[in-house]
Amino acid sequence: MVSTNNEKEVLLSVKHLEVTFYNKKRRFRAVKNANFDIYKGETFALVGESGSGKTTIGRSIIRLNHTSDGDILYKGKKINGKLSKEDEKEVVRNIQMIFQDPAASLNERATIDYCVSEGLYNFHLYESEEDRLQKVDQALESVGLLPEHKSRYPHEFSGGQRQRIGIARAMVMEPELIIADEPISALDVSIRAQVLNLMNKFKEERGLTYLFIAHDLSVVRYFSDRIAVIHKGRIVELAPTEELFAFPLHPYTLSLLQAVPMPDPRIEKSKELVIYDESKRDLSGEKPILQEIRPGHFVFANDREMKEYREKLQEMIEFKKEHPNA
Amino acid sequence: MAENKDIILSVKDLEVKFKVRDRVLTAIRNISMDFEKGQVVAIVGESGSGKSVFTKTFTGMLDSNGKVTNGEIWFEGQNLCEIKKESDWEKIRGRKIATVFQDPMTSLNPVRTIGYQISEVIIKHQGKSKEEAKKEAISLMERVGIYNAAQRYDEYPFMYSGGMRQRIVIAIALACRPEILICDEPTTALDVTIQAQIIHLIKDLAKEYGFTTIYITHDLGVVANVADRVAVMYAGQIIEYGLVEEIFYDPKHPYTWGLLSSLPQLGEKGNELFAIRGTPPSLFEKVIGDAFAPRSDYAMQIDFEEEPPFFEVSPTHFAKTWLLDPRAPKVEAPATIRNLHDKMVRLTAKGGIYGEH
Ligand SMILES: Nc1ncnc2c1ncn2[C@@H]1O[C@H](COP(=O)(O)OP(=O)(O)OP(=O)(O)O)[C@@H](O)[C@H]1O
Ligand SMILES: [Mg+2]
Repeated sequence: MVSTNNEKEVLLSVKHLEVTFYNKKRRFRAVKNANFDIYKGETFALVGESGSGKTTIGRSIIRLNHTSDGDILYKGKKINGKLSKEDEKEVVRNIQMIFQDPAASLNERATIDYCVSEGLYNFHLYESEEDRLQKVDQALESVGLLPEHKSRYPHEFSGGQRQRIGIARAMVMEPELIIADEPISALDVSIRAQVLNLMNKFKEERGLTYLFIAHDLSVVRYFSDRIAVIHKGRIVELAPTEELFAFPLHPYTLSLLQAVPMPDPRIEKSKELVIYDESKRDLSGEKPILQEIRPGHFVFANDREMKEYREKLQEMIEFKKEHPNA
Repeated sequence: MAENKDIILSVKDLEVKFKVRDRVLTAIRNISMDFEKGQVVAIVGESGSGKSVFTKTFTGMLDSNGKVTNGEIWFEGQNLCEIKKESDWEKIRGRKIATVFQDPMTSLNPVRTIGYQISEVIIKHQGKSKEEAKKEAISLMERVGIYNAAQRYDEYPFMYSGGMRQRIVIAIALACRPEILICDEPTTALDVTIQAQIIHLIKDLAKEYGFTTIYITHDLGVVANVADRVAVMYAGQIIEYGLVEEIFYDPKHPYTWGLLSSLPQLGEKGNELFAIRGTPPSLFEKVIGDAFAPRSDYAMQIDFEEEPPFFEVSPTHFAKTWLLDPRAPKVEAPATIRNLHDKMVRLTAKGGIYGEH
């Protein structure tokens, strides 16, 4: 069954997800009770520092990581845990991942033709050799590369081109959901813009849905519809993009926003450093949970914190009324 | 030689070439530039533009297939290009001009304790005893923001996080009391929150110790934060140089325009981001005219024929583009980046994070 919310179709639903790693008797909870829905056609961003668990969530969705508790539902159907071969194939085909390091994600000894075709081969998703070649050419062209590049090797391409090969490799599977794990962090400013434009083009033309994993909020603001901020395996705030930037509530969200350097010397030079230090926070009261504070805006809080956040929110709203252009 | 005593390092007509199998690549093409004492100079440009190679010539750290083929680098009355012996470089490198690289592990020894590695430098460069060195090492560790420094003195690099390792590399660099600190993308591998702290630390230390900072980055946000002055590099040359506000609010070179225009902060949802088309020229080929011309929307005939000189925009601001020639038609910077400050203020005010609330 497909659930809907305000007429928006939920494509992927993560419910009470827990991922725990064990290493030499040590137990590490990488993802703690994560809950979120991704709507069809939107770009949903997961933002946090390295080690915060964002990649682990992405990898759990494409079944590269084992989940210890909770459900991942794709179009209402559970896709974590044991699956039949047939169902597993369906998941892998529909959900593709693009990685941060274009070099590491491509087999250096394989031709571009093979790199792009790998998924097609694995699932035998082509009718004939001719059909396969046509699919590869189409995928390469869609990312601005030429069919004659097929016989070349990854190292003969620049970083930006390699990332486009990575995208072609995902696109050739005709997926519905793409998990893009920091796809532009390793790229130059000018090439970043090219790759982002390309990803947006696919979103428009093919109604693709993205889970965009990033640590840079400036890119996320331009690129995504909703943002979840994750800290130490825990989603601490989730809101539509402009709402989050206008009314950031959780102190960790604030410190992330503050830390992103703005390309403006006057702003940067007058900025003060805010360090998020959990140990200095008042953590009294009962256990916090992710609660809705405004429509679509959730924050990780207990009742005491909720009260504080409500007051803060009210102040911010008042301030904005009084200073519409400030 | 530099006569102005405020100039700590002066580069004249520098050219660097690399031998790659039987071909020659020109990585630096005739750069002349003065570094003023006590300033933070940011060098910005895309990958492969020569930022690292340029600054590696100041410490004799070019790869063995690379060579300074022309020019002079004046530092404390000495032309560094004339240094031949490794032992002479050792009097400069680390001691007078220190470098912090992107990956702290390239500078740290994985099998030595953190404390040993800092003390070693203090003993070597300041001639202190072991006890004194340990005391100073711990105080340096504290200064760069390591909590419980005394306890952590005997730990190994792998026990430190990436951000803490970078703090240690900075502590080691400081142990020699350098005149110049070169920071080559020191925060690119770190999280934004840690990056903000490290940048803050470097700026603070520069004030306290009075060293000159050369900060390499491709992140214009970082540039806006750290720099007093900015040099924009393209294809082995500096193409624009000025005070940080001049570069952001009154840029003159079409490449600088392109860099600023492609900032995601200037993107509007639903519209394409500006992207500089094409790719940088091959450095194996001779570059004719303005190297950026084939990618520029503002190129004139002369840009394909003759290399532009530097034109003075203000006594502190220079740009290497024919657009500044009095005979050239008047061209304004693209609309996207005009009034940059107002746009950013609006963006951050909407974000409500810099204003009081
Ligand atoms: N050892 C070498 N042999 C051959 N070419 C080299 C060598 N080192 C650097 N180069 C070339 O010199 C040019 C400048 O390289 P450099 O590393 O200075 O760029 P950069 O601006 O620091 O780039 P990045 O932002 O990627 O660090 C590049 O074309 C590079 O390929
Ligand atoms: Mg470099």
